Amino acid sequence: MRTFILRRLIYAIPTLIGVSIITFAIVRLSPGDPIRLYTFGARDITNEDIEALRRVYGLDKAIPLQYIDWLSRVVRLDFGQSFIYHKDAGSLILEILPNTLQLAVVSLVLQILIGVPLGVVAALKRGSWVDGMVRVFGVAGHAIPAFWLGLVLIIVFAVQLRLLPSQGMLTVGRDQWDLFDRLKHMLLPAFVLSLTGIANYSRILRTETLDVLGQDFVRTAHAKGLHERTVVFVHALRNALIPVVTALGGILAALVGGALVVETVFSWPGIGRFTFAAAIAKDYPIIQAGTMIASVLLVVSYLLRDIAYAVVDPRIKVR
Amino acid sequence: MATTTATLRGTVADTLVRPSRSLWSNAWWKLRHDRLTIAAFCMLALLVALSLAADLFADNVFNYSFSRQDLLHTYEKPTFSNLAYLLGTDEIGRSQVVRLLYGGRVSLGVGFVAALVNLTIGVTVGLAAGYFRGLVDDVFTLFVTTLNSIPTLFLLLIIAAIWQPGPFTLTVVIGALFWTGISLFTRGQTFALREREFVVAAKTIGARDRRIMFRHILPNILPLIFVLAAIDIGAIILAESALSFLGLGILPPTPSWGNMLTGATQYFVRAPFLVYPPGVMIFLTVLSLYLIGDGLRDALDPRIRG
Repeated sequence: MRTFILRRLIYAIPTLIGVSIITFAIVRLSPGDPIRLYTFGARDITNEDIEALRRVYGLDKAIPLQYIDWLSRVVRLDFGQSFIYHKDAGSLILEILPNTLQLAVVSLVLQILIGVPLGVVAALKRGSWVDGMVRVFGVAGHAIPAFWLGLVLIIVFAVQLRLLPSQGMLTVGRDQWDLFDRLKHMLLPAFVLSLTGIANYSRILRTETLDVLGQDFVRTAHAKGLHERTVVFVHALRNALIPVVTALGGILAALVGGALVVETVFSWPGIGRFTFAAAIAKDYPIIQAGTMIASVLLVVSYLLRDIAYAVVDPRIKVR
Repeated sequence: MATTTATLRGTVADTLVRPSRSLWSNAWWKLRHDRLTIAAFCMLALLVALSLAADLFADNVFNYSFSRQDLLHTYEKPTFSNLAYLLGTDEIGRSQVVRLLYGGRVSLGVGFVAALVNLTIGVTVGLAAGYFRGLVDDVFTLFVTTLNSIPTLFLLLIIAAIWQPGPFTLTVVIGALFWTGISLFTRGQTFALREREFVVAAKTIGARDRRIMFRHILPNILPLIFVLAAIDIGAIILAESALSFLGLGILPPTPSWGNMLTGATQYFVRAPFLVYPPGVMIFLTVLSLYLIGDGLRDALDPRIRG
């Protein structure tokens, strides 16, 4: 197992270098000049000043050289100074990373807690109206635009019913460990973020449970005279749950990507919204740090998924 | 003796051999009995027709152009008395229903064109990787793993934010980002097909690589590519709507279902009725595409034979 993890970690290195090249190229080759953007309207600035500023931020060199500069510092976890905040971009991102993580983790838990039972119940009551509803939801859940669902939920729960807050992470003035307050703020964004995953899980679990229920070992268990409940929960479900882990990959990618949109709708102070604002303001170091950390998050989640997969399914040979 | 065999053969043929059907006629036969998929097809056709006929409707039915503003009639509530106000008006008095019709052009147009781009890239690259294997496949795998390690939607939004591309570039960018799934599928199928007898036969008579890939292998994968394409267009429409909602992508005054919601926060209290329709349109479009994808899979996948 240890060699397996180690090998996967080593494989992650070229991937992350590739990611860094792609993001660097996208950022640095983009049209427009950040220095000109920031000094726009400053009347007493001369061209020499602009050249000097460019040198300070290392923007005067050829792009491949800029990349090597940047990479050699990133290896030492230095993502450079933010153009706007004049603070270390890496620590700015790390400061708000927990906000995105808690949203993602709560959404993941919601997905599994809601999606899995939906799928299993649908399979057990095959052909009933419950099954029909779950099947419709399994497709429809993917087709709802997340940002729009967020807007509608804000209108219903915040504007009309006045039950839940619509924006931010905490009520102004509240203690930041006020968990109830935080949970109230998290409920809507976490639900919106988890919707696709719920649809996904209900669909996968339905197919998988039906598949397992038709297999020989389940018939054997029935034939042994075991209680229906034992057959379903001990024999069938354990096997049907394996794809919960397999599906994690796509779901995690959707979580990290979708977080940007959901964070913007609900003004949730996470890395998606922060990086997006930096991209509009052409704050290169923040964009690069944000994209890199989102990708590291994804690579780590893939690794955790593979480990979990190897643990759950004994047929997988760990190499 | 001879007659008995003949009669016997006749009866066996009657009971066991059904008229041979091609994959497509078989699929058509199945689709005709799949009411949900037919309904989805009709819904999509209706949406396409409505957005294509947007000019006709705007000129003849509503008498209101999509860019016409009327500051005396802002936030008009939905009403039947004036058709242009059927779904109300927005903060500068533009007709919501007319803009909704035009918005469909953008969403559907971007969806179809971007899907065409990523199908072309995905299928070509996937075929090459699966067919040539070796170094080509290694490079492919490395590249796709890398691209899949950046959250696609996240990357798309960041690119849109710093490059601020126009509608056409944006469509190409979306196409260039969403091809990995299709190429991985094509590669997997090609891996299996290239070992089959008909490929070996084509090789022995001296067919060139390109001919084998596009004439012999591709037609065998094509049906399932259609399934992926339907789902793909849906996913692209969702991504484009999120982009436009965030104020990137398709910019006003051209209406798109996404950018009609950009200013939605202003409507929350005064005009929530403006928020629902664009989302419902996106939902219906994407839903019918996904249902068509599902229906096509059931009809075309040779492993599922009803």
